[in-house]
Amino acid sequence: MRKADRKGAIFACEDVHIAVQGKEVVRGVSIELRAGEKVALMGPNGSGKSTLVSTLMGNPAYELTQGRIWLAGEEITGLPADERARRGLFLAFQYPVAIPGVSVANVIRAAVNARRGTDVPIREFRKELAEAMALLGVESSFPGRSLNEGFSGGEKKRIEVLQMAMLKPVVALMDETDSGLDIDALRTVAHGINSVCGQASAVLLVTHYQRLLNHVMPDRVHVLMEGRIVESGGADLVGKLESLGYDWIEKESNGPDLVTSVPDGAAAKAERPGVER
Amino acid sequence: MDERKQVAQAPTAEARRPRPEADIRGDYAEKWGFRDPEEYFHKGRKGLDHEVVEMISRMKKEPDWMRRLRHQALDTFLEKPMPRWGNTALLESIDFEDIYYYIKPIEERGRTWDDVPDGIKKTFDRLGIPEAERKFLAGVSAQYESEVVYHSVQENLTKQGVLFMDMDSGLREHPEIVERYFATVIPPKDNKFAALNSAVWSGGSFIYVPPDTKVEMPLQAYFRINAEKMGQFERTLIIADRGSRVHYIEGCTAPVYSTDSLHSAVVELIAMEGAYIRYTTIQNWSNNIYNLVTKRAVAHRNAVVEWVDGNIGSRLTMKYPCVYLAGEGARGEILSVAFAGKGQHQDAGAKVIHAAPNTSSTVTSKSISKDGGRSSYRGLAKVHKGATNCKVSVQCDALILDSISRSDTYPTMEIEEDDVRMEHEARVSRIGDEQIFYLMSRGLSEQSARTLIVNGFIEAFTKELPMEYAVELNRLIEMELEGSVG
Repeated sequence: MRKADRKGAIFACEDVHIAVQGKEVVRGVSIELRAGEKVALMGPNGSGKSTLVSTLMGNPAYELTQGRIWLAGEEITGLPADERARRGLFLAFQYPVAIPGVSVANVIRAAVNARRGTDVPIREFRKELAEAMALLGVESSFPGRSLNEGFSGGEKKRIEVLQMAMLKPVVALMDETDSGLDIDALRTVAHGINSVCGQASAVLLVTHYQRLLNHVMPDRVHVLMEGRIVESGGADLVGKLESLGYDWIEKESNGPDLVTSVPDGAAAKAERPGVER
Repeated sequence: MDERKQVAQAPTAEARRPRPEADIRGDYAEKWGFRDPEEYFHKGRKGLDHEVVEMISRMKKEPDWMRRLRHQALDTFLEKPMPRWGNTALLESIDFEDIYYYIKPIEERGRTWDDVPDGIKKTFDRLGIPEAERKFLAGVSAQYESEVVYHSVQENLTKQGVLFMDMDSGLREHPEIVERYFATVIPPKDNKFAALNSAVWSGGSFIYVPPDTKVEMPLQAYFRINAEKMGQFERTLIIADRGSRVHYIEGCTAPVYSTDSLHSAVVELIAMEGAYIRYTTIQNWSNNIYNLVTKRAVAHRNAVVEWVDGNIGSRLTMKYPCVYLAGEGARGEILSVAFAGKGQHQDAGAKVIHAAPNTSSTVTSKSISKDGGRSSYRGLAKVHKGATNCKVSVQCDALILDSISRSDTYPTMEIEEDDVRMEHEARVSRIGDEQIFYLMSRGLSEQSARTLIVNGFIEAFTKELPMEYAVELNRLIEMELEGSVG
């Protein structure tokens, strides 16, 4: 029944609640992405954005206490992260981890093979990688380096986008891919997003600046505060947030009510959750 | 032993996951642990005394000095107490009267594989030795029980005066070189197991590389124990003359038995002025082998010695490759990996002794412990008075894969000189849940993610191996890790 409601959406989550170490930090979020859409998820630090996208990807560190998730018409709630990835979900991490001794090329090759369910011949893989690197302006030394070891913030983000370009996800969740980037890197990343995103895919852009959104025009914008979507709108919402700040929404949406309307049990702990990772 | 005493806390996510008892090295038996029927030319009796030593020396028709050295070494062995460090419980459990000290599998060593009896030849075929020989080795020595059963070396090396033969042949054909250097780096009195080896040694390699001669392709020796309750005591002596260069690789496996066997080798390396020796070991003994080995090198002026030492197998390994930096400007490097799985204790390490000015050494030790396995780094860095401007760098990284495994470090520093640059770094790590999640978010299974991270952890080691061995080692590690996740 619910599945039918999702018609037209290639990704959807419904009434998602997430607990971190027993504390509820996402409290009933529903988002839909349709093919070809770029949707921005904005909100102040600590509003639960990173926890949300990490959980949507299947991070076992967070507990989905309620809610369901669909990808390409199939429910993926409860599937492990690798299964979600193979079905075409991708997460560009805000803080990608280093894996010493494992080269960028090795990780991407293993990922590409897993995603495509076949061993891509090395020659073909190298060619594809070289093309993607050229597109994103990634230096030729990167494939041989240990993943994220000693990389600058901007380099890490570029490598995330490079992986995205190679994996051709159905849906990409991008967690503050714009933070810590200089303007050149930002342009490259935006270029990457725009070129990767075709008619058949969708992107959820998590950010709390409008910087990236100057380069990637979102179709819709959601604002997340204290674990709930408190405002949704078109691209014009970005400008409004930029000039008025989040305080405006807090006033607009009657901030104090937010707290009192928290479901039972969670209300006692409704202080601003500091779980942004 | 109190195996759990120093166990650290597991990360929470690790603890949450169910963790089935993994039979580590479960398929060792099939891959390497098969056994041949015993059809030996000569199998001595069990037990050790002067009669056994006399028998070995007489069968080998050795010169008198060697015969006497053996007998004296036996006295030293009998006098010396067991080491009171390492794994004392396992050491004390060795029953020296229940071991065969000398087994001669065939009468004559083969010069071609066709000369080797079918059964033994098949064994080495299964181990891939002839194939490796064809592909990328300059010479091969294959030891089965106490004797080398096959030996070959490329003709062009022989023409250049490079000697590569089994130790017994070395003693017979080049007595003057052997008498001059044998037991000079590791005298029988050095330790109990060096004394044991000196008393009953058989087989091993003898290599001499003439001045300025570069042996570009590696020379390899493969050691196979087949019989139950066997003691293998090979003896290796490598002399690289002025400005020469050589890379020697050894590998080893054995059948899986319920009773223990003993492998106690002595390896002496001598790098003359400006010479370069690399000695690579991939130790993959079955889990019933006690591997108690003494390895030491002397590096003369501007010489370089590198030990690349991988320990995957054995019940207990106690081995601390050493470089004695005797000449000014000499350099020593010891790079090791130890993998301790269920029921295994890898007590490995390194020793560097700086006895001359401007010498430098680097020790990199990586250990992985899993399924209750225990790995220890035991090291010595010594700088003698007067050895000015030395550089010593020691780095130990331990990766512990679960909450029941253990890793310890026992570093010893004896620095008698002020003018020294010394670095020591030790780290213990676990696979981070965030690393696993990251790789899983790229579509890798949890198992593949772990394997990739572990292979990355030892990459500094594998990148030093010839390609074929690196691939083999990564495959070994992958097999070791299988079944380790819930």
